[in-house]
Amino acid sequence: MLSLEVRELGRIGYSEAFDLQQRLVEERKHGAIPDQLLLLEHPHTITLGRNGHMENLLASEQALRAAGIVFHASDRGGDITYHGPGQLVGYPIVDLRDWKRDVGAYVRAIEQVMIDTLADFRIDAGRIPGCSGVWVDGKKIGAIGVHISRWVTSHGFALNVDTDLSYFGYIVPCGLTKPVTSMAQLGVRVNPAEAGAALAATFGRVFDREILQPALEKKAS
Amino acid sequence: MTDVVMPQMGESIVEGTLTKWLKKPGERVERDEPLFEISTDKVDTEIPSPIAGTLSEVLVEEGKTVAINTVVAKISDGDGAAAKPAEAKPAESSKPAAKAAPPQQQAAPAPPPPQAAPPPEEPVESSGPLSPLVRRMAREQNIDLSRVKGTGAGGRITKQDLEAHTAQAPARPAASAPAAAAPAPQPAAAPVAQAPPRAEQAKVRIEALGAMRSKIAEHMIQSQATSAHVTTIHKVDMTRVEKMRQKHKADFQARYGISLTYLPFITRAAVEGLRAYPLLNASIEGPNIVYHNEINIGIAVALENGLIVPVIRNADEKNVLGLQRAIVDLAARARSRQLKPDEVQGGTFSITNFGGYGSVIATPVINQPQVAILGPGVVEKTPVVIDDAIAIRSIMYLSLSFDHRLIDGALADQFTSKVKSVLENWSDEVL
Repeated sequence: MLSLEVRELGRIGYSEAFDLQQRLVEERKHGAIPDQLLLLEHPHTITLGRNGHMENLLASEQALRAAGIVFHASDRGGDITYHGPGQLVGYPIVDLRDWKRDVGAYVRAIEQVMIDTLADFRIDAGRIPGCSGVWVDGKKIGAIGVHISRWVTSHGFALNVDTDLSYFGYIVPCGLTKPVTSMAQLGVRVNPAEAGAALAATFGRVFDREILQPALEKKAS
Repeated sequence: MTDVVMPQMGESIVEGTLTKWLKKPGERVERDEPLFEISTDKVDTEIPSPIAGTLSEVLVEEGKTVAINTVVAKISDGDGAAAKPAEAKPAESSKPAAKAAPPQQQAAPAPPPPQAAPPPEEPVESSGPLSPLVRRMAREQNIDLSRVKGTGAGGRITKQDLEAHTAQAPARPAASAPAAAAPAPQPAAAPVAQAPPRAEQAKVRIEALGAMRSKIAEHMIQSQATSAHVTTIHKVDMTRVEKMRQKHKADFQARYGISLTYLPFITRAAVEGLRAYPLLNASIEGPNIVYHNEINIGIAVALENGLIVPVIRNADEKNVLGLQRAIVDLAARARSRQLKPDEVQGGTFSITNFGGYGSVIATPVINQPQVAILGPGVVEKTPVVIDDAIAIRSIMYLSLSFDHRLIDGALADQFTSKVKSVLENWSDEVL
């Protein structure tokens, strides 16, 4: 079985995480490292995908700054989204040539990882055809945005564990006028680290990867 | 000159949006160097150049969405050293395939830099755990493995998959030959590669008609030869339907995640028409008229290179929501080739929505053995005279092609008038 290295990075800035991803993607392309799963939280951040629409940002950049939110344009897929404390962000760096060369199947598999993880916490989540992501009763709990270069993935997904949902008020998440929710709002009290541990195991199962002992390096530069 | 195409990024992916050109026309690009970025649902992907050369022409601008295999750019071959693939190829392809293959196989295990093949079509040397038998079969039969669906463990391609694939698409030898024969210099260049192995530029490009196209051709001619086609056209005021659509659109999107189009309204109205005039829902079999008790409506769906007519069974039992859902589902699965055989059979009447492509009026061909087909044109705001005043209304021309062997003009127009009247007097209850 191929292996998966899980790195728990704690709270880390968007740019810092981006640089780390870039480095790992290069190493992965050269086969220097196995598939990776970065698990982390971001401080208050709003990011816009390359295909995204600025009009889905509902606040001026000044207003964002005033609220302590950092804004980044990103090279991932998807529209606009919010990241912040209490949200489990996962950045899988996976060589799809060793899995399936199918970006549609990849997105569905990431959804499955979130759905199965939520099931571990007795939350019944699912998909809505045509609206990628993970939903509970018509509310979005997990978002996806991926970048692929030479079949190596970066960016990934965000699962609302105990996110302050009021921050989504600054945007139209993913360009969809649908409500968002979190595990906490659904009555499940866990922290992102606990959710992350469950998710890593599920990720290994869905992608058929053996999980290597989490790397000790925290917050690699 | 080498064509660069929108790559197929996965089984269910039929189109991609070109989000960014990373090179400008006239700029030099190396093989495997990122050339453009595309966006599919939630995924942005960098696409490397299949070949070294100069980006000579960009055919698809940023922001446009095109079907897979659409040519998005042309690259003229680089200066001699880099690779003269386009010209060199005919010569290369006449070399035995066995000679061309080994270098790349060696490249795979070796760690060095960007061996990473471009996502597009990388012929035989698919990375994964292929058995020697599968490798050999693919090479011998010129099968592009990236197009074969693997059903073995972990999506692995098995011998059965290859056999199923060749059985499904028997007509591609010409097209796939170059892909397999020219792995070294330029994997993605399939379209230009057809040229016979002669030195001079060919003036034509020859491509097999393919299974689907042959079938469509046969059906069309057979229908023209069978039915006495006549088309009648009515003008329909869609203002009420338009209001209804605007009123429920957002709710639809929010609640069901699908958009609300005109088509389910038209389908619903057609059902009312068929109930009132069952001869339109009949067919001729030998000396008999066969009346169908079920109303099964075929909806024509355009594919990248063809057409298929999946069927909404018992359409009379569905409301607008149910019809819209069925239409979205059937169209999506038609485009991803996931329809089951019985979903394209048993239709008793058809609708072809050419208005969706901007056509005002067309005269559709009947889908045999049915006897009529309805074709809505585009809905456009138009000045019309109502009670000697000019008003702006949403107007649509509605075509009905019918088989005059069975249906006379008067009946055809009664039917179409019924459809028109349902649409013009739409009320919330019908939704």
